[in-house]
Amino acid sequence: MTTAEIERQWTTRLRKRVAGHLPPEKLLPDTQPAYVSSWIYVFGVTTIAALSMVILSGIILAIRGPQWWHSSSIGHFINSTHLWSVEIFFFAMIVHLWGKFFMAAWRGGRSLTWVTGVVTFLASVGTAFTGYVSQTNFDSQWISTQAKDGINATGVGSIFNVLNLGQMLMWHIVLLPLAAVILTTIHVLLVRVKGVVPPFEDEKGTTK
Amino acid sequence: MAYLWSLAALIPLDNYGHYIHWGVIDLSVANFIVIVLMILTFIAALFLPFPGRNRRKESQ
Ligand code: HEM
Repeated sequence: MTTAEIERQWTTRLRKRVAGHLPPEKLLPDTQPAYVSSWIYVFGVTTIAALSMVILSGIILAIRGPQWWHSSSIGHFINSTHLWSVEIFFFAMIVHLWGKFFMAAWRGGRSLTWVTGVVTFLASVGTAFTGYVSQTNFDSQWISTQAKDGINATGVGSIFNVLNLGQMLMWHIVLLPLAAVILTTIHVLLVRVKGVVPPFEDEKGTTK
Repeated sequence: MAYLWSLAALIPLDNYGHYIHWGVIDLSVANFIVIVLMILTFIAALFLPFPGRNRRKESQ
């Protein structure tokens, strides 16, 4: 193979692109700028930690199934772990997004980081909603019958039927979590590519 | 275990939920409490000192 041919291969081109944008020391840095030592920067990783707990407890619920989580005490416990991890997930995500909003963290070519955050938020709301209607109890029946008219009025009802438990369960445990995890990965990789946004003063070069 | 159940009785869950009606805003007291906690957490995150903040300066 000639050098020109090797240069044209997609594997070669992709490797060079990835290595250019995200060399190992940028992907897994040793240090961060001094302004990152504030509690407000902890909420992104808190959101990741909560998301990990959500997925772990969700996997256990999927292994044992509804009869188990409705009737055994360990099932109740894992079910509650799943719910409360979701509460912490949204709590941390909202504090995180307020922090980024007031820092205007989309500055300096970071708009995609913000946008992937917004889309992850929307995907998470959808995941939580389909989770509520997948509980297989009176609560999920109530929520789905309350939601159906609103959702059907948008026209989405033709392909997304909140009264269809099988469909809602598959959106909840396959499609939406997959979307949330992929989006979160892209979101965090974008932060690594661009580096943490400097404070306003630093941008003008007025701080030490 | 039994005393844990009696602890649960401290929070009556068999009643209707409590709601705040404020013009067009209509929200449950539970959600209102969570929003207040998020705002307090946000303010605390801005003002509480971060442990190890001076570590880097010391090592320089
Ligand atoms: C699953 C939800 C999310 C996870 C796991 C997550 C995670 C993270 C992490 C770990 C960071 C870097 C560390 C930090 O600054 O906290 C970050 C940065 C950022 N996040 Fe999120 N995030 C999520 C949702 C959101 C949302 C909803 C928004 C806004 C709509 C957002 C906007 C941003 C921005 C703009 C940055 C870049 C900050 C910078 O470059 O300095 N994120 N995110």
